[in-house]
Parts: sequence; structure tokens; C-alpha cells
Amino acid sequence: MIRSTHLPLIVTLVTFVLAFALCGSQYPSILSTRVVANLLTDNAFLGIVAVGMTFVILSGGIDLSVGSVIAFTGVLLAVILRDTSMHPLTAFALALVITTAFGAAMGATIHYLEMPPFIVTLAGMFLARGAAYVLSTDSVPIDHAFYDTLQGIYWKAAGGGRFRLIGGLMVVTFIVGAVVAHRTRFGQNVYALGGGAQTAKLMGVPLAQTTIGIYAISGGLAGLAGIVFSLYTSAGYSLATVGVELDAIAAVVIGGTLLSGGYGFVAGTFFGILIMGLIQTYIVFDGTLSSWWTKIVIGMLLFAFILLQKGLTWATTVRKRRATGSAALS
Amino acid sequence: MMAGAVQGLLKRIMPQLVILAAALLLNFIVFPDFFHVDFRNGRLFGNIIDVLNRGAPTALLCIGMTLVIATRGIDLSVGAVMAIAGATAASLVVDGHGWFTALIGALATGAICGFWNGILVAVLRIQPIVATLVLMVAGRGVAQLITEGTILTFLNPGLIRLGAGTILGIPTAIVIWICLGAFVAFAVRRTALGMLIESIGINEASSRLAGINSRVLLVCVYLVSGLCAALAGVIVAADIKGADANNAGLWLELDAILAVVIGGNSLLGGRFSIVASLIGALIIQSVNSVILLSGMPPEFNLVIKAILILGILVIQSPKVSYIWYMLRASGPQPQPDRKTPRPHRATEEKTQ
Repeated sequence: MIRSTHLPLIVTLVTFVLAFALCGSQYPSILSTRVVANLLTDNAFLGIVAVGMTFVILSGGIDLSVGSVIAFTGVLLAVILRDTSMHPLTAFALALVITTAFGAAMGATIHYLEMPPFIVTLAGMFLARGAAYVLSTDSVPIDHAFYDTLQGIYWKAAGGGRFRLIGGLMVVTFIVGAVVAHRTRFGQNVYALGGGAQTAKLMGVPLAQTTIGIYAISGGLAGLAGIVFSLYTSAGYSLATVGVELDAIAAVVIGGTLLSGGYGFVAGTFFGILIMGLIQTYIVFDGTLSSWWTKIVIGMLLFAFILLQKGLTWATTVRKRRATGSAALS
Repeated sequence: MMAGAVQGLLKRIMPQLVILAAALLLNFIVFPDFFHVDFRNGRLFGNIIDVLNRGAPTALLCIGMTLVIATRGIDLSVGAVMAIAGATAASLVVDGHGWFTALIGALATGAICGFWNGILVAVLRIQPIVATLVLMVAGRGVAQLITEGTILTFLNPGLIRLGAGTILGIPTAIVIWICLGAFVAFAVRRTALGMLIESIGINEASSRLAGINSRVLLVCVYLVSGLCAALAGVIVAADIKGADANNAGLWLELDAILAVVIGGNSLLGGRFSIVASLIGALIIQSVNSVILLSGMPPEFNLVIKAILILGILVIQSPKVSYIWYMLRASGPQPQPDRKTPRPHRATEEKTQ
């Protein structure tokens, strides 16, 4: 029996399988492990950020600051490694602490000042990007033996695909995220909050703790994504990852999470990321299409999934109204 | 009647005027020649003119954005619409059409974009942030489609005059935004339109029950926002004599939203003031100008903007105003602000 709340997830899965099959039938080499491994590696930072975004959107909020936080983390790491003799692992820990605290501060502002998350995280976006600029406006290269070691770690699969460390980190993040969302009290609180703050409060959900926790997770994961991005590019640049927050939101929506909060799955976001990556891979394979087609196709997918969500919500209300027999207004 | 309206407006925009005066004063301190205005080559020159001129795109965007936010919505797509409109105007001119055709074409594309947003919000009932996100993501791709991936440059004197020319010595961009702002402000305040828009923002369901055609009005509001964005896009394109689909209007939607918020308009919809938003746009531009003139690295621009938003958020927050209210109420001698005469307040209540 398929529940209507599972339908968006199933549609996402079917879309992905169909798209993959379609690409595979046109370019058989897309099915190789190399392409799959690159799909994971190239989208690692986006995937990690999207896990955090899934939590935020599940709770009915939005976090526009993540792109800037990634850039800030990258620049911070690069500057630390250039100017001090700190070990990268210490620097990673420092970056994670800063970004988590930053997210928690935004969550606290949202909760205690009762402001819309949209505008608070917008301020956070300016602040993080500005802080990155203040640290350095140039692209700072990272040249450290430990970075080379981390970049050198990979598992070579049959067919020549190299599953690198950062791709694995993304998959681990998704698994941990899914467990937290579906199997812990905190996860249930997030869903309850997305269902309606008032109801959640009456149910005894600690609103302040949950809101601050959600944005701290989003900030911390953005920091982790920043670390991954710096491993991916071996540099820190304050103008990098502009607009990543939109890609992350798009991935979450394509993954079947309702933007009004309360419904959705972390696993769906994973397939959302893969679909977006697949579009890019297809365009690279095709060679004649320009890269801006990615944007248009993602926009169309976004629209299609929003329509699907609307249709589902509408169907549910109609069914409820029929079941209760009440003639609601409008 | 008229005097009362002017007095009310002044009272409403006083905080914004004070901030603007402070920002301009800062400009004056770091650069004493700031208010110096010259008339050279048939054109006004001076830093203050530059502030008005450079602020034109944000000012145009915030006219439409104020109306959208007043209905409890938001339009994230304006930056992308600017890129689309600029690309349309440039490609029409490059194809050999006149500047007027290009302008009409650009405005028409802006109207279509706004109409699309309006339909998504008003008919399909999608949350405004999400509905306009679609165009924000896809819009730049569409603009690239129009320019075919290049930066289209043009030399049509008519179109360039829109961005860099002058009317009676005043740069055209300034004339355009002041005229449009005055027209829209007048249109919403001298008719019932403004009140209807506010009522949608306060409670859409009840305003529909009261007989307001909220769907048509919502579509119109997004349409106006699209038109304003298109005009801003044409001005930006004309200013640089080319259409850059990647960078035209990048992040300007955030500036426009910031201008509206600085203008004291609540993001939760309801009462709005276009004049205050326009002053908000000027404040942003003056702050930019302080940073440039003082020789501070422009990197600080974003940090200062962020602190500005945070400060305004704290002031606007319902919690803080409640605490402030309680503090005043529990004071030893409750002295409410009675500088304004009592009758004025009574008439205000009557009109509501």
C-alpha cells in the first residue's frame, strides 16, 4: 500500500531511474563506475549541505546562508594553513565549531526574536560572505602534505571508478542524517515543528532547543561541506559557491520534501542531488548543449515537483473534507 | 485633509529620513566635497547625483517589491527578470529594431515573467518564496538562451540614453525612478488600491470574504514587480552598453528586499509605504558610497549591510516591541507620546 506521503519520494526515485536509463541508452558509457564515482565526488559538498537543508525545510524554515558559510570555511582553512602551523585536523575542528555556533546563533535569533527565517539567514548570508571577504579577497591556494594524503585516499572499483574520501563522507552524512531524522526524538521534534509550531508546542516539543539545534546542524554541515569543498578544489576563495543554497533547496524539493515543512525524507534529497548531477553529466556527454541548460532543466524539474506537491496537498484536503463531511469555507 | 496626509507621511518616514541624514552626514565627514554639485557638459555632476543615479536599479526594484511584500509575499526573481529584460532589449536592438521597440519588448517580457509568478502565487497557491524561486533559478538560463551565451553589446544611441543620458541635465535613470515612484505611490494612495493590497497582506481569507478580488490583485502586484524589474534591467544594460546574462542584477533582489525592510515595511505584510522604501534604497546606496569614499576596502560592504539588517530586525521584532511596550507601561509615570494632538489620532481611527 503506497501512502500519499511516500508518493513524492517514489516519483523522485522513478525519475532518477528513468533519467539514468535514458542517459544510459543514449551514451552507454554513462553506466560505468567512473561516471558513478565522479557523480558522488563532484556533488559531495552539495550533498552534505543538502542534508542540513533537508532538516531546515522539514521544520518549515529556510537557510539562505549555507553557500556563504561554505566559502567562509574554505577561506578560513586556507588562511589558517597559510599563516599558521596549525595541523589541518585542528583547523577542521575549529571551522566546524565556528560554523555550528554561527548556525545556532541564527536559530536563536529566529526563535527568540520571532523573525522569519528567510530574513535572518539572509543577514547571515551577508555576514558570512563579508567575513570571507575580510579574511581574503584573493583565491588562497592550500598546499599541505596532509591535504595530499586525504586527496589520495580512494577505493578503486572494477571498471576504473575511483570512489574518493569526500564522496564517501557524503554518503555517510546522508545515512547519519536519515537515522537522526527518522529514528531519534530530535528528528520527530523536527517533523512536529514542521507540522505547525503551535501544535508542536502543545505536544510538548521544546521549541527553542529544536529550532536552535536545526540551524546549528545546518551551519555545521555547511562547515563540513566547506571542508570537503576545500579538499575538492585545494583552495579557499571568497567568491566560490555563490548560489549553492538555491541548488541545495532545489535538491531538497526535487527529493520530495514539502517546502511547507512536515513531510519528506533525507533519502529523497540524496536522489535529488543525483538527478541534478546526472543532468550536468548528460550535458557534458552531449557536448553541444551549453551549461546554462542545467539551470533551465533544474528550474523545470523544480516546477514540476512543486506542482506535484500542490496536487497531493489538494487531494488530501479534498479527501479529509469528504471524510469529515464539513463544508469548509473557500 | 491634504495637510494631514503630508503630516502623516512625514511621521511615517521620519526614522528613515533620520538614518538617511546620518548616512549622508557620514559621507560629508569622510569627503567634505560630497554635496558639491556641478553643471558640466549639459549634465549635473556630483557625488550626491551619483548616489541617486547608482541607486536607480534598487529603487526601481523596491517599488514593485514593496507592493509584493505588502501582500505578504516576496519576489526573489527580480534579479533574473532584470537579466532577461536586458537580454531582450539588447537582442532586439542588435537585430536592428529601434530603441522604443526594444524598450516595449523588454517591458513585455518583464510583464510575462511577473504574470507567471502571479499565476503561481494567486491561482496555484504556491508559497511566494518557492514560486518565485523557480524563475530565479531558471531565469538566468533563459537570459543566456536569449543572448546565446555571449555578452551582447550594442551602440544604439536611443537605448544608451535610457541608462547614461540626461533629461534637462538630470541623468535619465534618476528621472525614471522618481517619476515611477511618485506615480505608483500616488496611484495606490489616491485610490483604494493601496488599502486593498494591505488588506490582502493582513488577512487574505477575510479580505476575499469582504468581496476583494484577491486573485486578480495578487497577479497585478507581481506583474508590477516584473515591470519594475524589466525597467531596471534595461537601465543596467543601457548603462554598460551590453547585456550580461550572468551578472546583470545579481543579488539585487536582496538589496531590494533590504531597502523595503529598512523602509519599515513588515515582511509579514500589511501597511506599506513606497516613499519609505525608496528612502531605504537611498540609504543603502549612501552606505555604499561612504565605504567607497572613506577608502575602506569594499569587502566591508557586506558585513556592514548584515549588521544593518540585524539591527533593523531587532528593532522590528515583535518580542522587542512588546518588551519596550511593557517597560513603558510599567514606568513610574506612564507618559504616552502625546506630542501629536489627540484629534489627529481620533481621525486616524475613524479612517481605519
